Amino acid sequence: MKPITRLHSRTAVLPDENIDTDRIIPARFLTTTTRTGLGRLCFHDWRYQADGSDNPAFPLNRPEARGCAIVVAGRNFGCGSSREHAPWALLDYGIKAVLCSEIADIFRNNALKNGLLAIVIDEVEHRWLLKHPGIELSIDVREQAIELPDGGRIRFQLEPFARHCLLNGVDQLGYLLQHAEAITAYEQRMEAAA
Amino acid sequence: MARTLFEKVWDAHVVAAETADTPAILYVDLHLVHEVTSPQAFDELRARGLPLRRPDLVLATLDHSTPTLPAHADGSRPYANAEAQAQVAQLESNCREFGVELHGWDSADRGIVHVIGPELGATRPGMTIVCGDSHTSTHGAFGALAFGIGTTEVGHVMATQCLLQRKPKTMAIHVDGALPPGVGAKDLILHIIGTIGVDGGTGYVLEYRGAAIEALSMDERMTVCNMSIEAGARAGMIAPDETTFAWLKGRPRAPQGADWDAAVAQWRTLRSDDGARYDREVRIDAAAVKPTVTYGTHPGMAIAMDTPVPAAANAQERRALDYMRSEAGKPMQGTPVDVVFVGSCTNSRLSDLREAARVLHGRRVADGVRMLVVPGSEAVRRDAEAEGLHHVFAAAGAEWRVPGCSMCIAMNGDLAQPGQLVVSTSNRNFEGRQGKGARTVLASPATAAASAIAGRIADPREYLVEVAA
Repeated sequence: MKPITRLHSRTAVLPDENIDTDRIIPARFLTTTTRTGLGRLCFHDWRYQADGSDNPAFPLNRPEARGCAIVVAGRNFGCGSSREHAPWALLDYGIKAVLCSEIADIFRNNALKNGLLAIVIDEVEHRWLLKHPGIELSIDVREQAIELPDGGRIRFQLEPFARHCLLNGVDQLGYLLQHAEAITAYEQRMEAAA
Repeated sequence: MARTLFEKVWDAHVVAAETADTPAILYVDLHLVHEVTSPQAFDELRARGLPLRRPDLVLATLDHSTPTLPAHADGSRPYANAEAQAQVAQLESNCREFGVELHGWDSADRGIVHVIGPELGATRPGMTIVCGDSHTSTHGAFGALAFGIGTTEVGHVMATQCLLQRKPKTMAIHVDGALPPGVGAKDLILHIIGTIGVDGGTGYVLEYRGAAIEALSMDERMTVCNMSIEAGARAGMIAPDETTFAWLKGRPRAPQGADWDAAVAQWRTLRSDDGARYDREVRIDAAAVKPTVTYGTHPGMAIAMDTPVPAAANAQERRALDYMRSEAGKPMQGTPVDVVFVGSCTNSRLSDLREAARVLHGRRVADGVRMLVVPGSEAVRRDAEAEGLHHVFAAAGAEWRVPGCSMCIAMNGDLAQPGQLVVSTSNRNFEGRQGKGARTVLASPATAAASAIAGRIADPREYLVEVAA
């Protein structure tokens, strides 16, 4: 994974609460055996009309939302299925950060492992961001702060190890593999006890 | 210090303790694998030239993309599309290459991953169990710590048998009293999610406890733990007891002889100690639970079927009611039904099928209603057919299928048409979950069967007179 220290973008808003991973990518597209090229399927049944044209009612189809890499979403984003296809599809669609007052556990884990900034922010600031789409934000991963155009800052907290991995491009599997000796020792302890 | 059930299982699996800077390294005792969330993880092993560390701790099956209609005369299977077929073929070849035990088409034990783990006795108290599937929480019914993971983590477990985890918080759900006659585990868990909310469990492992939980069978406990994720919880657990031990005894992978006695002695210690502290505690009165259904587009929008649908509190809820065509102020009971689905890792075990058959016996599915009954595993199918349940379903006009996830996730071709209302024993009523535009009402197997007969959402107690008497 490439290190991620900062992200600068305008915001787009998806105000719905409880946007589940089936809405992010419907299950019928999960027959894929790769993790690439899922952007065109992202939010498929919400984003397109029956004839395949863009649904004007889908907030991210609005002209002002095009090119926005930061989405402010209603609370409990990413609930439901554990499919990692959800962050893969969002990233391929061009979304690099999701800001929310609450993010579902499995989705948040999956997102951060793929470099998608799934960031939980305070409810008051969340409400304000939901009401102000299109503002320019700078997300500073090192400082754990979101800079507003007027110089204001929104603080957030990432799990320290996830933050370390984002900042340094750490490969988590590589980190785990470094503990092979401890894992073997654990297995031997368990075997001896059995 | 007094510890909870969760803490006992967690502590026993810590390879490296968590610090302020690093999560714990947690050992995984059983890794369940299916075709949808594993191909990219196997690719990762190949790309890095890594072996699968413990193939003996991995158990694979085919369930999500598999057709539930029988094979053609030439042995070929009616897959929804070539991609689904290729995905299954890829799991078959991955399992051969990495030496993983696969319960594939030729296995007498194939079935939904969360049904066969327990059936084989691979799921046991005190274990850590993971799967690239959020309903892994099902296995918590045995006092295991079991939770869903993403595909990157599936790769971590394949390569290291471990996961990087922060310790979650704990929530006790005390269910006091007894469930009324004709009200079951599905009604209870929908009631619980309706009470704590679709995100009420986020960040927590739930422990279900109390008299009403102890009275549940293992099948019912699995139904309850299965839907923990629908409240946002990582996992749900129930302390193992005599019911658990009796259910596990003699299963293929359960310990035998003296090993069994030793295992049971150890499993008896897996209870929350008196005075153990939870981060949050919730009390539920079992006696107040009625046949419960969902009325909106997430499992937290659940109410007793005879209770008026609440008015939308915000734009979000308005949209959900519009999508479902649910009317505020009117109960769900009586709503016309198009499709009925009995199946899924929530409700596809033998007792679920018996419950549906008891309601359906000697009756017919209403004209214009399509009913699908999909057993959770080949073992469930065999047992059900040995009891003649398939004849009850066929005589009623329902379709009796081959095991799989089927219409719960609707990725194998089993799906509802836009606008159709499905009364479903599955776990998710999200928009489009059972087919684009399909409207899902979650319910128990008894309610599903009663609704199939009535052609409208119906109270099963009206069809279970011997229970009411």
